Amino acid sequence: MELKVIGQSTEQPAGGCSSSGCGGSSDQLSHLPESIRQKVQDHPCYSEDAHHHFARMHVAVAPACNIQCHYCNRKYDCANESRPGVVSELLTPDQAVKKVMAVAANIPQMTVLGIAGPGDPLANPERTFETFRQLTEKAPDIKLCVSTNGLSLPEQVEELSKHNIDHVTITINCVDPEIGAKIYPWIFWNDRRIKGRKGARILIEQQQKGLEMLTAKGILVKVNSVMIPGVNDEHLEEVSRVVKAKGAFLHNVMPLIAEAEHGTFYGVMGQRGPTHDELQDLQDKCAGDMNMMRHCRQCRADAVGMLGEDRGDEFTMDKVETMEVDYEAAMAKRAEYQAAALATLKAQRSNNGESFVALSSLKVKKRENRPVLMAVATSGGGVINQHFGHAGEFLIYEASMTDVRFIGHRKVDLYCSGGDTCGDAETTLQKIIRTLEGCEAVLCSKIGYEPWEQLEEAGIQPNGEHAMEPIEEAVAAVYAEMAENGQLDQPKTSAQLQVSA
Amino acid sequence: MAYEIIETCVNCWACEPLCPSNAILEARPHFLIDARKCTECEGDHADPQCASICPIEGAILNPFGEAANPPGSLTGIPPEKMAEVMAEIQAR
Repeated sequence: MELKVIGQSTEQPAGGCSSSGCGGSSDQLSHLPESIRQKVQDHPCYSEDAHHHFARMHVAVAPACNIQCHYCNRKYDCANESRPGVVSELLTPDQAVKKVMAVAANIPQMTVLGIAGPGDPLANPERTFETFRQLTEKAPDIKLCVSTNGLSLPEQVEELSKHNIDHVTITINCVDPEIGAKIYPWIFWNDRRIKGRKGARILIEQQQKGLEMLTAKGILVKVNSVMIPGVNDEHLEEVSRVVKAKGAFLHNVMPLIAEAEHGTFYGVMGQRGPTHDELQDLQDKCAGDMNMMRHCRQCRADAVGMLGEDRGDEFTMDKVETMEVDYEAAMAKRAEYQAAALATLKAQRSNNGESFVALSSLKVKKRENRPVLMAVATSGGGVINQHFGHAGEFLIYEASMTDVRFIGHRKVDLYCSGGDTCGDAETTLQKIIRTLEGCEAVLCSKIGYEPWEQLEEAGIQPNGEHAMEPIEEAVAAVYAEMAENGQLDQPKTSAQLQVSA
Repeated sequence: MAYEIIETCVNCWACEPLCPSNAILEARPHFLIDARKCTECEGDHADPQCASICPIEGAILNPFGEAANPPGSLTGIPPEKMAEVMAEIQAR
């Protein structure tokens, strides 16, 4: 069967100032070769822009693992947790294919199918490759990706390249076995369990070898790293340099998730995760050497939908079994949706170019305007379209005189879930405000009177004036307004003090 | 003499393809080792394969009925620390 490969599409590349690389922007892919941009332009996990418009799913076909990481607990199986390694039901390859077809028919945004666990996909080669083989045939318009710890990657590269998989993620937390021994208690290698430094050294060698082999074959490699304060936080800058030199095209530094109730080594031993500031600092330091990814939601091994959401509940196997799927029709509908989404993306990028021009003119008038963090409520589409009270997460942008850049996301508990949970609203709102610490404005489609007042008191200006506008444009406009009003002349803390006084 | 999988098994499949004697059965509520087939990997491997990849402490018993991987041996969490933290969580 002839496969449709996005990288070979005839669509004209976005060039010149219509690409958001012009004048500085949040698009971390802007300086990549056009061939790579084409491959990732509709991949939510590889392009920040794309994640507003396109969806992904993971199928949990790979339960076995060949290493132990200190942030993982293999006993964990929970419907309410959202983090890697967690799933609700394990699928056979046949079930997984059925589920993918059902999701693709119902969520036109879906472009990508990944296998990411709950163990290591390449430690389950039969199940993983059987799933890919069937999907290549039955769902040729879906991109296939795989995420691995890298231990058995070198021996699987040949097989991977046969399956039309052009995106591979390797989790590389270190390139130094000394540090590795503090992250990986053991690996299973050549029929033995190998502990400590020795095991870590083998894992690191295999990861690096696999990375080189993949890039030599032209397969795109993203590197994931978990930032563990006091363990590998300083070391990750070196990791970033090394993996970039070997051809990885994107580095995703994620915060450690560690809670005692997860039963992981780090959780039980009280290892803390990084603060928002620490994470952002490290991402900025690594960015000098590498394209950084900042929009990762660290999703479950059976996640379904847009990155900020999980619609897995709608597609449990018992529900999937009853769904009638006309895949040909679904494929046509998806192609139509996705072409429109790409056009929207392109238009948003060119508009951003205009607002950046406006921003740069500020430079002439005010030389030392400080950067400002703003929180944005969006439910997708790259526009401000969510009510403050309905936001399960806020996207954080930094506006400065030269550009607007995406910094990351912060998850919150829903402020308003309606019904009888509202007695809790007071504390939930306070928690949200704490989560938004450091931000000076929050942009949303609408906001209630009470949260408005409390946000203002906390020095965070609510703003509902840019509903349905593209995010980066709106952030730039609010920044320009703040500059006009002289708000940027004062240091942040004193501005906040004045507001709350 | 044979190894045995007990109820703390999480059915992760890791051991099943490694067994040189095909003694591991996919079963519910958890995987099982056919005691008549298990050779303890004698003659095939230096270490019993199932117990060498199993990620769950205590899920596999050796022929003496002892945990092949006792508490703390795989995760590195000292058992007394685990007990302390679990008690703390339950008291919340």
